Amino acid sequence: MAEYYSDRSKYDVVIGLEVHVEMSTKTKIFCGCSTAFGAEPNTQTCPVCTGMPGVLPVLNEQVVQNAIAAGLATNCEITQNCKFDRKNYFYPDLPKAFQTSQLYLPICRNGWVEINGDNGKKKVRIHQIHMEEDAGKLSHHDNTGETFIDYNRCGVPLMEIVSEPDMTSATEACAYMEALAAIMSYLGVSDCKLEEGSMRGDINVSIKPKGSSVLGTRTETKNLNSFKAITRAIEWEIDRQIDLLENGEKVVQETRRWDDEKGIGYTMRSKENAHDYRYFPEPDLAPMHISDEWIAEVKAKIPELPQQKQARYLNEWQLSEYDAGMIVRSKALALFCEETVALCNEPKEVVNFLMGDGLRLLNENCLDAKDMPFAPKQLSDLVSLVVKGSINKTTAKAVFEKIFRENIDPIEYVKANNLEMVSDEEELVQMVADVIAANPKSVADYKGGKKAALGFLVGQIMRATKGRANAARVNELIREMLQD
Amino acid sequence: MSILELSVKELRKKITNKEISVPEVVKAQLAHIEKTNPLYNAYHDINKNALLRAETVQKEIEAGTLDSAFAGVPVAVKDNICTTEMTTTCGSKMLTGFHSPYNATVVKRLQKAGAVIMGKANMDEFAMGSTSETCYYGAVKNPWNPEHVSGGSSGGSAVAVASYGAFASLGSDTGGSIRQPAAYCNMTGVKPTYGSVSRFGLVAYGSSLDQIGPIAHNIEDAAAMLAIISGYDDQDSTSLKQGPFDFNDCLKEDLEGKKIGIPVNYLGEGIDPEIKAAIYEAAKKLSELGAECEEFILPMVDYAVPAYYIIASAEASSNLSRFDGIKYGYHPKKFTDLEDLYLTARSEGFGMEVKRRIMLGTFALSSGYYDAYYQKALKVKALIKQAFDGAFAKYDTILSPVAPTVAPKLGESLNNLLQMYLSDIYTVSVNLAGIPAVSLPCGFNKENLPIGMQFLGQALSEKTLVQLAYAYQSITEHHHKKPQLEVL
Repeated sequence: MAEYYSDRSKYDVVIGLEVHVEMSTKTKIFCGCSTAFGAEPNTQTCPVCTGMPGVLPVLNEQVVQNAIAAGLATNCEITQNCKFDRKNYFYPDLPKAFQTSQLYLPICRNGWVEINGDNGKKKVRIHQIHMEEDAGKLSHHDNTGETFIDYNRCGVPLMEIVSEPDMTSATEACAYMEALAAIMSYLGVSDCKLEEGSMRGDINVSIKPKGSSVLGTRTETKNLNSFKAITRAIEWEIDRQIDLLENGEKVVQETRRWDDEKGIGYTMRSKENAHDYRYFPEPDLAPMHISDEWIAEVKAKIPELPQQKQARYLNEWQLSEYDAGMIVRSKALALFCEETVALCNEPKEVVNFLMGDGLRLLNENCLDAKDMPFAPKQLSDLVSLVVKGSINKTTAKAVFEKIFRENIDPIEYVKANNLEMVSDEEELVQMVADVIAANPKSVADYKGGKKAALGFLVGQIMRATKGRANAARVNELIREMLQD
Repeated sequence: MSILELSVKELRKKITNKEISVPEVVKAQLAHIEKTNPLYNAYHDINKNALLRAETVQKEIEAGTLDSAFAGVPVAVKDNICTTEMTTTCGSKMLTGFHSPYNATVVKRLQKAGAVIMGKANMDEFAMGSTSETCYYGAVKNPWNPEHVSGGSSGGSAVAVASYGAFASLGSDTGGSIRQPAAYCNMTGVKPTYGSVSRFGLVAYGSSLDQIGPIAHNIEDAAAMLAIISGYDDQDSTSLKQGPFDFNDCLKEDLEGKKIGIPVNYLGEGIDPEIKAAIYEAAKKLSELGAECEEFILPMVDYAVPAYYIIASAEASSNLSRFDGIKYGYHPKKFTDLEDLYLTARSEGFGMEVKRRIMLGTFALSSGYYDAYYQKALKVKALIKQAFDGAFAKYDTILSPVAPTVAPKLGESLNNLLQMYLSDIYTVSVNLAGIPAVSLPCGFNKENLPIGMQFLGQALSEKTLVQLAYAYQSITEHHHKKPQLEVL
């Protein structure tokens, strides 16, 4: 159990999340400009996304399709007659001075996702998912006092996924974000990279006396872009609110900002100073009708989702819940795993390689599972060598690393380097006899009851064979011979 | 008669018959504009490339690659329609010197048809006004009497044609802005069905009401221009999926069997008796052509003006937010911080009427007032549409005045704003209902100022309206009458 700064035993924590997911469509939501990340500033713009006078939006149908898929995958109802609204506010990153968004009829409503909560599995309800456009990016130059605007991100399609206040801790909030990220990337609607800003969260936090049914006053902390920041901001905000109540003060409804470097939250604006966005229906886009056929078409294309995969791995492969959960976190990893298992039919061995050395090596080399530098066939060949007893575990580990780093063929490599396990009985018996003869002191120790001496003797043989001897058989042979 | 006083159709005949070349027409046109523009202020920016363009068009005509109803015809374009050549200022200080990076769809279509754009026509600032006096670049004056207003907001577009500075022009109509200046200047103008002409490149005022349309000396020319600019545009999501209008088979003089409704409640209190008389006189003419005229009561009339001003202003408050002094247009020399930049740019860049409507619209959309104003106005809009549906179940068209008075004197209207807003009573319902209307001359008052009338029809009934106007103009002379131009 974690230790907290404040005494939490008297309070219940209530958390809701608004998650912004940047869609990975090729073009922007209302024009044909590219959405690619990292281009030179203002090179992916046109009169439409820079809000020149007289321009009109044309909705990218792929955006609607993605939103429908996201809604279906999170058990939402699809709003078949939906429309866009304008959210009006002034800011230099918003060239039209309004964001085309959805307020009155969002495309998806009333869904849920399942997470591993603090007390087991739980459903986090989704209030709504709506489509909207992203704003540009400002960069401030401290030394000159100048601010530059890059409109490349302007008009990149976003989904805002609004949860109900169903989470009770930072861990649950992160689990929910991770579940969403996994679903969205499985669907291919977003890569959900927090570090590139393609997924960001606003957290709504309130506390109430334990067991009370009356919700406390909530605060909203905006634009958190890492799991670490989300966790710290939530913990900090819970502590702050408990402090206020414990000191007889009140929590004020407000919008807050989190400074992750300093680890401090700030008031951004109070409710009184909240923006009046003056929403009204977007007159430049006709209301949409989403037909039953279209929904059915999108539904048919939804791939097996992480939770379904996890359940299948538990059932078909008898993996542990933890292992299955780790594998399905990344769609690419899960698919790689499935392809390998299809070749060798040894799920546990495959998963052991991928989750152990596989994930470690990917991390060390800053690679994503989709960039796995070798093919499933290579891993399945390696697993087969292990299962057949052709090589032992130590050798297998080394060969796996070779596969990863040098893309070698494991079968050829083992053969060429003479790495096959020594299981020949005669050869082993001779080796055991030699080692017993050469180490009278250890033999005496073993016979005198020091069982650890056995390990030393086995180790001598393994060293002599460069790890290739069948360790289990060597073990047995030594015992047999020393019992006489 | 000067070549510039020909109709589009007559000019085209002369060009086709090689009686005159396009550069000759454009040269004459430029010389005439130079003399009349200082007096009437129809144009804000005159196309420096007009002659060059005329030569290109002439070559294409000679090569046989260009043959359209507007090939080689000088036209004017309202200054809220984006063009890469010339500035697009919307009659506002906010956009002084602004060059659009792209051409509006209607401009591309006119260019493709070989029209020669002579210049950008002055207008009420951001199309907000009924007299073209809110224009930052000076009021547009009426060629029939320069002490009177041109009407608005497309005053420059109407006057450019009325003063023979162009053969036809494009205006925009959000609440009567094509029809009313057309009426004040003895022109024929069409406000098309919402969605039949692309709005891409029209600087938005009230997006759900705005439509671009033609102004010309007669319905045949106006219809020809409408045929060119209309039809689906994939850059405008509110554009109707249909081809351009084809009016060839409706230029008929026969109105046998056409039923015309005259809303008596449009002709009651507040209307100039001379206009009322002119409308009844027109009804008589139409009856002579075989139409059947009947009086009826059009419901919801009283609610149209308030609903219009709420909806148009609400949308305008959002549409005009992009003019923030940062990306383009007026940028104040001095400001302290971001908020001050916004305040200064917008306080100094916008005129009074625009600020008034932005404030009105901002209020109408504010939290707590949205339901009482904007939402209610939308309900009224729906009811007005229903009222028209009811009328069009009985009538092919509604015959109505365009404005309760003839063109007022300069300065009169801005001193009585409420009166000015109320004078939109006969025009705004058409925009709220999204239906088409044709405004055309139907007489003159004692002071020789033009009187206009309009035909209203159900959505996409343009052909019927064109036929009515064509038949009427075939037996009347009002539209042939010419103003005594003052020329420098």
